[in-house]
Amino acid sequence: MSAEVEKTEVLAEQPAVELPGTPPPIRRQPEGLAVRLDRVTKEYPGGVQALRSVTVEVAGRDQVAVIGPSGSGKTTMLTIMGTLERPTSGEVHVAGYEVGAASDGELAGLRAHRIGFVFQDFHLQEHMTALDNVANGMLYMGLGLKQRREAARFALERVGLANRIEFRPKQLSGGERQRVAIARAIAKRPLIVLADEPTGNLDSKSGVGVVELLHGLASDGATLVLITHNPTIAATFPREIQMHDGEIVADERS
Amino acid sequence: MSATTATLPSGGPNGSARLPARELLGVALQGIRTRRLRAALSALGIAIGIAAMVAVVGVSASAQANLLAEIDALGTNLLTVTPGQNFLGNNEVLPATSVPMIHHMGNVDNDVAVYQLSNENVYRTPYVPPAQTGGIGVDAAGDNLPQVMGTSMASGHFLNAVSSRYPEVVLGAEAASILGIHHVGSHLLVYLGNTWFNVVGIMKPAVLDSTLDSTVFISLPVAERLFQQQPNPSEIYVRANVNDVKPVSNLLAPTADPQNASGVQVSRPSDALEARAAAKGQFTTLLLGLGAVALLVGAIGIANIMVISVLERRGEIGLRRALGATRRHISVQFLTESALLAALGGLAGLLIGAGATEVYSVAQNEPFVVPLYALIAAPVAGFAIGAVAGLYPAIKAARLSPTEALRA
Repeated sequence: MSAEVEKTEVLAEQPAVELPGTPPPIRRQPEGLAVRLDRVTKEYPGGVQALRSVTVEVAGRDQVAVIGPSGSGKTTMLTIMGTLERPTSGEVHVAGYEVGAASDGELAGLRAHRIGFVFQDFHLQEHMTALDNVANGMLYMGLGLKQRREAARFALERVGLANRIEFRPKQLSGGERQRVAIARAIAKRPLIVLADEPTGNLDSKSGVGVVELLHGLASDGATLVLITHNPTIAATFPREIQMHDGEIVADERS
Repeated sequence: MSATTATLPSGGPNGSARLPARELLGVALQGIRTRRLRAALSALGIAIGIAAMVAVVGVSASAQANLLAEIDALGTNLLTVTPGQNFLGNNEVLPATSVPMIHHMGNVDNDVAVYQLSNENVYRTPYVPPAQTGGIGVDAAGDNLPQVMGTSMASGHFLNAVSSRYPEVVLGAEAASILGIHHVGSHLLVYLGNTWFNVVGIMKPAVLDSTLDSTVFISLPVAERLFQQQPNPSEIYVRANVNDVKPVSNLLAPTADPQNASGVQVSRPSDALEARAAAKGQFTTLLLGLGAVALLVGAIGIANIMVISVLERRGEIGLRRALGATRRHISVQFLTESALLAALGGLAGLLIGAGATEVYSVAQNEPFVVPLYALIAAPVAGFAIGAVAGLYPAIKAARLSPTEALRA
């Protein structure tokens, strides 16, 4: 009971919108749980069970690599953590909130303010500059364009693209594009960053750069969950979860 | 157990997902801007439909405005007195005294009587078979007929003092063209009642009473002398004082025939013309229907494009959802995009339709009129059509699973 009150207070003390300025681009994560899945099952139409009663906790500011073969449920787990999908059964808590009871609008608000996504194929908008791609990442927060651009500039500096601000995705290398996507994820200073194979489309050198960047964000205070096929990349994480057939088969700290 | 449970903030500025209207507009415009050619082609259908309708409305409004302006120029204070019919359906006769009676009425600015000589016909030569009258009537008329009718001479002059003593004739516009006489020259004669008449003038069309156009006019004294008859007036045209048209109109019948006022018919030709103008202003239903069909096709085109667009933009939709867009944000975005597209089509259609009306009105030498409601209705109709056309694609977009979209 007292834990609940404490948690709420911690979250409440962080204004969701205050943005630009000098503080690190990621909100300070309170000690405690960022994500908790409790016996979560996800079944898709046709009877395919993508997740089978998965229970996992991710502490705030933790860095977790999720590894496993294709179809083992990694992405499904990530999208459930990101509230993009609801579980068929089980409880999901994200950033201190119970997802099951929340409406579509409330979950969207949670994503808008507290969760940053990074995708394998970047999902940048080709006709927009890097700056506007990043600024667009905060479109649904209710901020003005000026405020968003300011925060975007700051985030792009943070990922080392200060001199690429006005470039369009086509003018950038793969690694740079993924850095823009990372800037878009962190510009809003989320509590949690969820990355689905961010290095999957990159050569190994820029892949390493991207992972180093994501690690660096930890010191800013974000919780990071990253899916990868690459054992070398997974090995750089303090915690590694292995999945197989919709179940967690190993959960190790190194 | 539920140590981390807390309810989500709902609705407040912090923590909720919001998309201000201005941003929504920007997002929708951006969707159109990045697919310019496609947007232009799909808006074209709406533009053509709206253009057709605006042109139909504009052309008929211009024609109407032209007719009304003509009527205004001719004056609306002309009243016509004619013999009516009694209750048995027999024609009444205006007494000869009605002409001086009306002439002495107050508030009558000008008046002229016309006497139909029903047994007389006019021919170019005596060799024309008598039955070939060309439908031309012969009237005796006062000198001031053109002034009262608000018309003038196309050639020559009207009847004057000389005409009351010598056989001179003036031709109405249509009568002249039937007789093949286009301007007055020397020794131009027509054969009328066994006498050669000198043609001294041709009138311009009398818009307020077009029956005068197919008539030729001689003076009353000549008619009386030549045909040995005392004709009764068939029409008396009265120009009332502009401010007293109504009272004069009411008094005309009893003044013309105090003993049988009900046998006198008084009418106001401009009323009939105004009614005709109003009828002319009614749009051609068929053309409007064609415009509506074009609009329907345009709407289907937009719906089609939007459905394809939703499929193509699955990635964008998934991304937006990940960035915090609600289902409603997505559907409203696509709805706005399609409504905006169609509204732009409507605006373009308005310009094209107005342009067509302008070309028509210049060619016809008519005033350029596009009704005010068309200016508002064209883009609004486009917007509404687009919203309806975008409904299904918008719902489809909102229902798209974000994870499916991101994987695609």
